[in-house]
Amino acid sequence: MTETPIAIEARNAVKSFGQGAVAVRALDDVSVQIRRGEFFTLLGPSGCGKTTLLRLIAGFETPTSGQILLGGEDITHLPPNKRPVNTVFQSYALFPHLSVAQNIAFGLEMQNRPRAEVAATVARMLALVQLEPMANRKTSQLSGGQQQRVALARALAPTPKVLLLDEPLSALDLKLRKEMQIELKRLQQETGITFVFVTHDQEEALTMSDRIAVMSAGHIQQVGSPRDIYTRPANRFVASFIGETNFLTGTSDGTRVVLGNGAAVDVTAPKGPVTLAIRPEQVRIAGVDGGGMPATVASTVYFGTDTHLHLTLSDGTAVVARQQSPAAGGIDAPKGAQVGITLPTDALQVLGE
Amino acid sequence: MSSAETKAEAARTRSAWLLSLPALVVLVFAASGPLLIVLAYSFLTPGQYGNVVWDFDLSGWIGILYTKDIFDGTWGLADAHLTIFWRSVKLSLMTTAITFAVGFPTAWFIATRPAKQRAFWLFLITIPFWTNLLIRTVAINEVIRNEGLLNTSLIWLGVISEPIRIIYTDTAVLIGMAYVYLPLMVLPLFAAIDRFDMRLLEAGYDLYASRLRVLRRVILPIVKPGIIAGSILVFVPSLGAYVTPRVLGGGKNMMIGNFIELQFGQGRNWPLGAALSMTLLVVVMVALLVYVRAANKGDNPHG
Ligand SMILES: Nc1ncnc2c1ncn2[C@@H]1O[C@H](COP(=O)(O)OP(=O)(O)O)[C@@H](O)[C@H]1O
Ligand SMILES: [Mg+2]
Repeated sequence: MTETPIAIEARNAVKSFGQGAVAVRALDDVSVQIRRGEFFTLLGPSGCGKTTLLRLIAGFETPTSGQILLGGEDITHLPPNKRPVNTVFQSYALFPHLSVAQNIAFGLEMQNRPRAEVAATVARMLALVQLEPMANRKTSQLSGGQQQRVALARALAPTPKVLLLDEPLSALDLKLRKEMQIELKRLQQETGITFVFVTHDQEEALTMSDRIAVMSAGHIQQVGSPRDIYTRPANRFVASFIGETNFLTGTSDGTRVVLGNGAAVDVTAPKGPVTLAIRPEQVRIAGVDGGGMPATVASTVYFGTDTHLHLTLSDGTAVVARQQSPAAGGIDAPKGAQVGITLPTDALQVLGE
Repeated sequence: MSSAETKAEAARTRSAWLLSLPALVVLVFAASGPLLIVLAYSFLTPGQYGNVVWDFDLSGWIGILYTKDIFDGTWGLADAHLTIFWRSVKLSLMTTAITFAVGFPTAWFIATRPAKQRAFWLFLITIPFWTNLLIRTVAINEVIRNEGLLNTSLIWLGVISEPIRIIYTDTAVLIGMAYVYLPLMVLPLFAAIDRFDMRLLEAGYDLYASRLRVLRRVILPIVKPGIIAGSILVFVPSLGAYVTPRVLGGGKNMMIGNFIELQFGQGRNWPLGAALSMTLLVVVMVALLVYVRAANKGDNPHG
């Protein structure tokens, strides 16, 4: 199998702001390869360096050390107007003195493309984002969602090698955000352009991406497909940031891990103290007296089809189990009930710190 | 509606008018009164020792462009007047251009300082306003005259051996006016640049525009209202400038303002002075209209 070519790559990128004692290391030795034509997401909490990485790729900042490569070529010191990379800004940054069509034409005109080509591309872009009737409006006369689409069309019009999107949906309300998520995915598939998408919303990342890089404190913690990241989190940070997770500490003898409550599970892990993670939906409730580890129901939270059971093991460890609500066929375990739980071996993840 | 209500309504309207009457009277007399007097004087006959004689006469208006030969009494084109008009327009346009060229970077600099420092820089810009115009102009004289600060320093540094003659030339007037009117350009430009969203610069660079094209295609069109306001605030008083050309231009390099003053003083031709004033007023208003129209035309997409 041939590897997909790499569209953009960061090699040991470091970015510090400020000098001496007040210096902030926004990116600390970040290396990542983004493949051509993929929908790649940078996911992490606010302040972890996502925008900084995007700005290094766009050329608005130069790395303190390290390199940025586009199609294998070193572009670290190329100014933004010389990079075939466009950005959809969080604030949209539409030109207020230009109409919708003129905004979309801007990049093409700056590249000195022929008039006829500019007109044709603008028409195609207007159709792509379904804004034909708005072509001659000022951007201030548009709704948030429409402005968002103009920003997208403007950045896509020059057919960049890579499109950068910095939390483009965060200013929209929930319903519009869901619509735009689908729209963005469609645009990416129709144009085949590499998208680098920034978000702090894990659900958005999981539903839209081909691959995700989870970041925290200037580091990339894990890169992988949404399924990889969700089912095989590399460390405690990734496991807790993506979805809900139960953490169980224990001691490994190499092939078995003995948990705090004395129960043992057959998991291969390096000898010594280990942390295991398991998703709430993978915790099995064996029944009120059906065996397994004894646990007490501390509280229940009803979510409609699902119910979350907050359980306490015999050593006091808290475990959340998600199961179908009794009406949908789940076990009826009210507060205070004694239940038995089992932890399927293949659902248990051994975490590195 | 009952007739009582209509009456009450009418009474209210009447009392509103009565209340604003003092303001209206002041407006009419203070604003249009003097103008009407000037307009009337422009159609009268000059008195022997200044003042006017109340006889209808068009010679004030004709005198704008023509002069009467003192020997044979025939009318001929007044070259000297045309020179003065041309110099006034030329110097005012150049003053506007210079204040823009200096004022734009200045305003940009101030607008991009941290918020705390801006008040300080704006304060520096407005300091000259605190001093009398005449004193400021004499100070410029002190800098540029033959034995002034500039020439003595340059000679002392060995750059030149003879003083450069600037004083009492058009250049001197230009330097003086640019200095005096610079704040009037900087302040509206600052207000416009301050409102400018700096994130648009990155959007411009991102979309393949060079620095120069970002300036031309993004910054200038967006801060245009500030440019228009600044240009008007500089051009209009420049055209009517009196003190600066008088002090720095000497007697010879007159501008319209000095020429008008001359008619009311030594020239003893009040109707000509009045006609010149009215002409200046009309020319400025027409020029402004044309300028603002032309400046706003580009705004209209596909227009
Ligand atoms: N221009 C700057 N000057 C100083 N510190 C900055 C600058 N830009 C970002 N930072 C700091 O770098 C860190 C990462 O910021 P950023 O990349 O914006 O995070 P994110 O986009 O993930 O929220 C933060 O601590 C932020 O305060
Ligand atoms: Mg950010």
